[in-house]
Amino acid sequence: MSAEAARQPAAGPIVDVRNVRKVYRRDAEEIVVLNGINVQVPNGEFLALMGPSGSGKTTLLNLIAGIDRPTSGEVIVAGTDVGRLSESELARWRSHNVGFIFQFYNLIPVLTALENVELPLLLTSLSKKERRERALTALKVVGLADRAGHYPRQLSGGQEQRVAIARAIVADPGVLVADEPTGDLDAKSAEEILALMESLNRDFGKTIIMVTHDPRAAEKAHTQKHLEKGVLKA
Amino acid sequence: MALPLSYNVRNVRARWQVSLLAVIGIGLVVTVFVALMAMRTGFTMALRSTGVPENAMVVQRGSASELTSWVPLDHRNKIVVDPRVAVASDGRPMASPEIVVVGAMPRRTDGLQTNVTIRGVTPKAFEVRGGIEIKQGRNFQPGIDEIIVGRRIADRIQGLDLGATIPIQKHHWKIVGIFTSRGGAFESEIWGDLDTMAGPFRRQGGSNSLAVRLKDPKALESFDRWIRDDPEMQLQAVEERKYYEDQAGGLSATLLFLVAFVSIIMGIGAVFGAMNTMYAIVAARTREIGTLRALGFSRRSILFSFVVESVILAFAGGLFGCLLAFPINGFSTASGQTPSFSEVAFAFQITPNILAWGLVFATIMGFFGGLLPAFRGARLPITSALREA
Repeated sequence: MSAEAARQPAAGPIVDVRNVRKVYRRDAEEIVVLNGINVQVPNGEFLALMGPSGSGKTTLLNLIAGIDRPTSGEVIVAGTDVGRLSESELARWRSHNVGFIFQFYNLIPVLTALENVELPLLLTSLSKKERRERALTALKVVGLADRAGHYPRQLSGGQEQRVAIARAIVADPGVLVADEPTGDLDAKSAEEILALMESLNRDFGKTIIMVTHDPRAAEKAHTQKHLEKGVLKA
Repeated sequence: MALPLSYNVRNVRARWQVSLLAVIGIGLVVTVFVALMAMRTGFTMALRSTGVPENAMVVQRGSASELTSWVPLDHRNKIVVDPRVAVASDGRPMASPEIVVVGAMPRRTDGLQTNVTIRGVTPKAFEVRGGIEIKQGRNFQPGIDEIIVGRRIADRIQGLDLGATIPIQKHHWKIVGIFTSRGGAFESEIWGDLDTMAGPFRRQGGSNSLAVRLKDPKALESFDRWIRDDPEMQLQAVEERKYYEDQAGGLSATLLFLVAFVSIIMGIGAVFGAMNTMYAIVAARTREIGTLRALGFSRRSILFSFVVESVILAFAGGLFGCLLAFPINGFSTASGQTPSFSEVAFAFQITPNILAWGLVFATIMGFFGGLLPAFRGARLPITSALREA
């Protein structure tokens, strides 16, 4: 702990979760989802969060991604205390710092692959031409440049997830969060997606935090952390 | 910062079945709105005279219509020689004394009696009033029992056919011509010679009204003041166009109230319909909203986007409604609710202005219909929105 603290100013962890509690209220009942979590994720890490259903792993991921707020404690990502940002500051922060990969891809059905990838760039000041170029580059990285004009329904599950990954990286965020990225894919597609994520981590230096049930997926990660009933197990 | 418009347009297209009922609902309201407005416009236009801006109507003060006004001959003689009154090429003043009576005649459709305005005029009337055109036959000859009939009323009243003879006040009047007056109120009237009619109609020794052409329309105010200041004369001068527009005023205002009342009630219904549809659309796209929010789109841009989508839907409904209303353009009918209690025929008039207002109305319905559902969409917590199937 003290060694890590000493390292912080120079190259501190890109994600620093400190004493985080997350409590949901349902009527009078309090449900403690996360209870005193401390996690430090160094820059360039590929971390797998594992645990049974209801263990709080998705909640932890959501806190790190800045789409949820802790009840107490601090979540510091890329130097920003996420919990202190206003709703609109947080939205802007997410668009620059976090890339999302979802289990069900969550592509917009009425937009083409290229337009889906371009979406996060609409929040930047890039020109239309620059946006198109960057979206196409991202599609090239995931090997789907030839599918740019296709709509999601014209793509296979594996292809959809690759488009979603292109969308996650197009704005060049430091952190990628993935919630069961292979959960809806067949074994072969899952293998391809994991290989792609490994390459993003290795070749592009993206820090990846992935929630998964799949032990094969978790094997690809450098580090595995297990959650159980809202507490991290070693 | 905002989502592109094409995103909304494509969503509307992709889910058009869901939106169809809301579009039709808004469309029908716009149809009714356009139809009622067209009726009001048609009626107002029909009561308008041919509308020469330099013309003034001299009528009795306090009279509601020409029918109840009286301009005695000696007053007329005093007025027409006023230097403000224009002089015709034949050296006589541009003044048209007119008598107005109402006769009951049977309608072509059901044979029921309705009131028709009969106007006795001098040959100068055609010069002063302007815009009167004999479309069939010829003009009446002064001194004999001849009349000409406005085209609109000829279409609506039994026996008003060219060449026919009709009995009015124990005289038999021969119809020698059918005339138009640029769509104005005279087309709902029967015209004959003033001196010939004055006797049988007991309108001797003056006229009901006096239309005069002024040299300068700006002189109207001083002309009116001069007439009012004469203690002998209980008369006033009013701009001709304003005089006839005011005649339409009562019913026109009633119609406008009707348009507003019906449109607002129906519009509220359509807004609820649109709201229902938009709630369904927001519910169906909950996970999409969660995704967009996670990607960094603000609540405001989600709100804006769904309101825009609702407005697009409503605008489509508005276009549909305008198209649906179009066949009634030019459809003729009549009203007896005029100050002179006589029948005025008019045609529904759809103007570009009315269509534009119809679309504005549709847009307003879309805006209000979309607002609450858009708020719900924008306020969804991202994490629960993403969990939706």
